[in-house]
Amino acid sequence: MARKESKLGAGQRLKTALQWLIALAALSSSWQALADWSALNMTKGVTAISREVYDLHMLIFTICVVIGVLVFGVMIWSMLVHRKSLGHEPATFSHSTKLEYAWTIIPIFILIGMAVPATSTLRDMYDASGADIDIEVRGYQWKWQYTYLSDDPTQEVKFISSLLTPQDEVYNRTPKREHYLSDVDNPLVIPINKRVRFLITSNDVIHSWWVPDFAVKKDAIPGFVHEAWAIVEEPGVYRGKCTELCGKDHGFMPIVVKAVEQAEYDSWLAMKQQEALQVYETVGKTWTMAELMETGEQVYAQACQSCHQANGQGIPPAFPSLVGQGLAIGPIDAHVDIVVNGKAGSAMQAFAAQLNPAEIAAVVTYERNAWGNNVGDLVQPRAVNALISSEE
Amino acid sequence: MSAVIENHHDDHHHGPDKGLMRWVLTTNHKDIGTLYLWFSFIMFLTGGCMALVIRAELFQPGLQLVVPEFFNQMTTMHGLIMVFGAVMPAFVGLANWLVPMMIGAPDMALPRMNNYSFWILPFAFSMLLSTLFMEGGAPNFGWTFYAPLSTEYAPPSVTFFIFAVHLMGISSIMGSINVVVTILNLRAPGMRLMDMPLFVWTWLITAYLLIAVMPVLAGVVTMMLMDIHFGTAFFSAGGGGDPVLFQHVFWFFGHPEVYIMILPAFGIVSAIIPTFARKKLFGYDSMVYATASIAFLSFIVWAHHMFTVGMPIAGELYFMYATMLIAVPTGVKVFNWAATMWQGSMTFETPMLFAVAFVILFTIGGLSGLMLAIVPADFQYHDTYFVVAHFHYVLVPGSIFSIMAAAYYWLPKWTGNMYDETLGKTHFWLSFVGVNVTFFPQHFIGLAGMPRRYPDYALQFADWNMVSSVGAFIFGFSQLLFLFIVIKCIMGGKKATDEVWEGAEGLEWTIASPAPYHTFSTPPELPERSMA
Repeated sequence: MARKESKLGAGQRLKTALQWLIALAALSSSWQALADWSALNMTKGVTAISREVYDLHMLIFTICVVIGVLVFGVMIWSMLVHRKSLGHEPATFSHSTKLEYAWTIIPIFILIGMAVPATSTLRDMYDASGADIDIEVRGYQWKWQYTYLSDDPTQEVKFISSLLTPQDEVYNRTPKREHYLSDVDNPLVIPINKRVRFLITSNDVIHSWWVPDFAVKKDAIPGFVHEAWAIVEEPGVYRGKCTELCGKDHGFMPIVVKAVEQAEYDSWLAMKQQEALQVYETVGKTWTMAELMETGEQVYAQACQSCHQANGQGIPPAFPSLVGQGLAIGPIDAHVDIVVNGKAGSAMQAFAAQLNPAEIAAVVTYERNAWGNNVGDLVQPRAVNALISSEE
Repeated sequence: MSAVIENHHDDHHHGPDKGLMRWVLTTNHKDIGTLYLWFSFIMFLTGGCMALVIRAELFQPGLQLVVPEFFNQMTTMHGLIMVFGAVMPAFVGLANWLVPMMIGAPDMALPRMNNYSFWILPFAFSMLLSTLFMEGGAPNFGWTFYAPLSTEYAPPSVTFFIFAVHLMGISSIMGSINVVVTILNLRAPGMRLMDMPLFVWTWLITAYLLIAVMPVLAGVVTMMLMDIHFGTAFFSAGGGGDPVLFQHVFWFFGHPEVYIMILPAFGIVSAIIPTFARKKLFGYDSMVYATASIAFLSFIVWAHHMFTVGMPIAGELYFMYATMLIAVPTGVKVFNWAATMWQGSMTFETPMLFAVAFVILFTIGGLSGLMLAIVPADFQYHDTYFVVAHFHYVLVPGSIFSIMAAAYYWLPKWTGNMYDETLGKTHFWLSFVGVNVTFFPQHFIGLAGMPRRYPDYALQFADWNMVSSVGAFIFGFSQLLFLFIVIKCIMGGKKATDEVWEGAEGLEWTIASPAPYHTFSTPPELPERSMA
């Protein structure tokens, strides 16, 4: 009698198990629906490669979900049915060579099914044919520098791209706007439907340049130049992030790429080249203290503030204070030198590569005369320029 | 823990010493196992508090509680403490308690060294934790400490970090040698290698992994030390060195290291599931071979952590294929566990709940690992929260759940008392819900594009980060319940029988509960040919 009851119980359990499995299947199909929700899944992106990667991702994801549902289904079934409380007697089998072979060999075929498309996608990504535009991407603590390479050095356009989100938003003093932590002052601009090659390197620690919409992620490593490329098909603004821990402001050096029509790109590039020329001219003129201080404050906020802080106090010992001590109130030549050449073995970068002579002159002057430093002296851009030229 | 012993009235002269010196001088494998387990639990709570600082900061966008410098110190220390301070010592503690009792040995083969290998750890971790109070703060370069962030750009405390790692390495190597020597020499007469319980097998293989890779870790941190203090340039591009070399050497250690943290878990689960299914482990031989295969493969897949460093396509393809192969022996293990449960007569006491959750959630982590092996897709996953979700699935409901399962399973043998089953189940369900609420949404955050090690994030990631933080606090605080359950069990409770569990097999269940201070002073007679 008891035996019969337990069988009945097992029958009910079987039904429950079946319902569970149906529920699981429903869940797995709703997974597919969820997968289209951009907040939950990988982006399809805007290049042929990124779509290939997305399809590959969905393929392996689906295979994994199916495997998971099958294996967990068997386990859950077993847990619902093969219970002591239902009077289920344990079986005595403990091995099966056939089964072991089966679940060794079948997965190998599934893996081959994944490896084939993965290999072909990877080969497409590694296609190294020539590029229409070469852009050097250089990581700095904590900003990116973009250089549009050209055979004619005077035609080279070079600029720094750093976070635009103000500290007030980060520290919750003002409301966070759209594109919080995802906006930069100078986005990278590229034309659509052109093969753009990114030559990625770093000036200090390892960074990683990632634009999800292009399926491009490459580490920026000092001493190495790595290559990645994209042919963007749709105009738009594409946002990315640094993905290798690079110190304090790792989370605060976003990437913004603006893809535009060729004509717009051409006029933008011409404008940038013109700007570079103008900078060249300003170096020659004699600047007043007020001009230097005004420019210097802006440059400081953009290039120096994240380490030495807005009040100049720094974060010792890694980032020393500039107030009332050290080079900022010492001899001006040494002060210019450290800004131009950096300091080996420390986070202090050689800013000659990032700032133009006028900006360096302005920021040095600013540091010597801000926060009560009041040294009173100034340095002219042409002197800085002479120093940099003499070193080259 | 002294209550364990005092409850036990035996006629032996060799009881433990009294007082503090018992623990300082002890060479008894049970005492040392206890020390390891308590130490790892303290580290688990310490590292857990750091995780909660991280999750509290990430509860909302914006910086509310900590500055980015400190955030980086927390992620770094959390990783180091959990890997080297919580998971590894817990497994060594379990090995100390269980390996001699499972193979019928009176103690570990090298008892004095056993004492040293434990007592190094409190010094190592005091040194590591003291860096939090140094000028410039604690290590802030991630638990993977990639050069040159960890060399030229590191805070001064990096030197203390290096010496702490050296001490941990010495401790691990000594512990592993002890395990190998014990297993190979002190098995009860007649116990062949293929008769050993799987926990013993997995630990034997783990010990070899440790002996092979801890010197590599010691090498890489020594090279860092040279770069920092003695003007070498192993990892400095400016001096002709190679920052990527660091990653190759680190991951040559690091990948076997992650298996060091999971193989003993396989052994634990392979002990628990048969007990509560009242059915022999399915496919014992293939389980042993699968473990050995995983261990071998772990040495030849290291650069799958480095798909974005710019390796040539041949390298990428090789490491992709080799990594995918790991799915085969891992799959074999999961299928064997499922087959063990199939047609069993299951009951679901707390150890079984943790063990079954282990199999399911570890498999989820394994499947996301398979996805990560696919190079083109990895370019999108790499260093995002998808990776964080993946390795936490294999480490928290993987390794940590197995340790919890082991604690509940053998606690009656250790203390002589049954733990409170209702509280144990409550602890399980809180942990299970907490773990999944914490880490499952991190898959989404990662796929949607949030990089790891970010103290602050763009607004589209806000919802799931909040969910994840809530889960973390549920999981974190429910571990205090675990502490309470263990203490309650030590203090008293229903007396455990010698067998403890209805379906339990193995030599440790043939001795009294609580296990006497000295067991198997004369080798046991093996009841049957096969102990497996």
